[in-house]
Amino acid sequence: MAQIGYSKKVMEHFMNPRNVGVIENPDGYGNVGNPVCGDLMEIFIKVKDDKIEDIKFRTFGCGSAIAVSSMVTEMAKGKPLEEAMKITRKNVADELEGLPPQKMHCSNLGADALHQAIKDYWVKTGKIKPEQQKA
Amino acid sequence: MCGIYLDYQSASPVDPRAREFAERYLTREFGNPSALHAVGLAAKAAVEEARAKVAELVGAEDPSSIIFTGGASEANNLALRGTALRNAGKGKNLLASAIEHISVLNPMKDLKKGGFELSLIPVDGNGIVDLAALESMLSKETILTSVMYANSEIGTVEPIRETSDIVHKKGMYLHVDATAAVGRIPVDVQKDGIDLLTISSNDIYGPQGAGALYVNPGLKIQPVLFGGGQERGFRPGTENLFAIAGFGEAARLAAIEMDEESCRLKAIRDGLIREISKIDQAYLTGHPAKRLPHHVSFRFSRIEGESILLTLDAFYNIQVSTGSACSSRTLEPSHVLLAIGLKHIEAHGSMVMTIGRYNNPDQIPLIANAVSKTVQRLRELSPL
Repeated sequence: MAQIGYSKKVMEHFMNPRNVGVIENPDGYGNVGNPVCGDLMEIFIKVKDDKIEDIKFRTFGCGSAIAVSSMVTEMAKGKPLEEAMKITRKNVADELEGLPPQKMHCSNLGADALHQAIKDYWVKTGKIKPEQQKA
Repeated sequence: MCGIYLDYQSASPVDPRAREFAERYLTREFGNPSALHAVGLAAKAAVEEARAKVAELVGAEDPSSIIFTGGASEANNLALRGTALRNAGKGKNLLASAIEHISVLNPMKDLKKGGFELSLIPVDGNGIVDLAALESMLSKETILTSVMYANSEIGTVEPIRETSDIVHKKGMYLHVDATAAVGRIPVDVQKDGIDLLTISSNDIYGPQGAGALYVNPGLKIQPVLFGGGQERGFRPGTENLFAIAGFGEAARLAAIEMDEESCRLKAIRDGLIREISKIDQAYLTGHPAKRLPHHVSFRFSRIEGESILLTLDAFYNIQVSTGSACSSRTLEPSHVLLAIGLKHIEAHGSMVMTIGRYNNPDQIPLIANAVSKTVQRLRELSPL
């Protein structure tokens, strides 16, 4: 049966989002989406010993966009950067016990924002060149 | 906490009196109105009684000008396809306001594939149809113009009499989708000069699964569904007796109670608009005065409508609606909000409340407080 509405897990994260907010002077910053499309998220990370020590997000968007952001920050927190880079959109959707099909693309941007934040950190620390950040 | 339902425009509870009246047609008086025996004749009489009640509500002199359908969307399809196809010899041009319901716009778009031309009449920032534009768009080729009585997303009531005068001066026909208006404000096909009128049962607290199309006896249309000869051949299929009888009774009750009920709703509406307007960067959508008595619609900057809907539902047990793209199946923002000139990002933050029978003025502060807290919460989450 096609999924109607959101899973309990999505609603739980929507109602109690984890890691909301801003990190002043973050080590890495990612921002994806477009308010015109209705979804925009930003992720801030603090890195220590190549691990994500702290992570915060802010999101403009629908229920799933907020739940995805919350979930991806929870999944990434404490992880080594290389491991956090491997978190995919599908992993996030699976952890949320699925997303409605029409939401899989537009609001499932959490992993992208996380990857951008990590690459931003790598650019700042000279591990990758700025032109590699977009890839 | 007890829930507060504010989405009457999308579904309304059936009036217990209408249900009680119609229940007999589910059980004891269940006949087929086409059958010639006593049980069938009783069913036929029930359908005709309902027809007279619905005709009375919208000022149609001849009850036979009312065709029962399966709902308002079907009535819109019959009005547009039935008129366009029957009158194709006279012209190919169709006009519709830019804020019509999709059950008007989509049949018209489909007619385009069959060689008709569709032009959309613009509306102003409050959603009022541009009459000067309408006048300039009408041509000898125009066979049908469709302008809704009132819009369900922004609550704006259209100048139907003026629209009708312009259309009739050129000898054309006017279809009016009055789904959101009937039972809430006076709608009179004679006084308003309407050739085709769409009416919904559930919007006046009748059962779902019934609607009606009024067709001016002077106008020729053709059926779009084919089968038996029910509804003078314009809507084949055994009648939905329970829904039609309930629709009729709801229409009778609406005719008696509308004025008082609308007055009551208007007071609640104005209280909600006053309180919600106090929220920072909250903007009323639709016309501030020419507005349905039960309709409250806003947009809020920097937040998204589906999140507003979910937060109000999950935290406050308050049910509202939104025109946000994120809650639509197509993920496109509402064409109504774009037509009144909102940018995509502005259209995302829309919230629609439609109040009804079971709302009361005591709920105003509860609702306004919940909306205020919801907006604040979502703005704290927002990077904008």
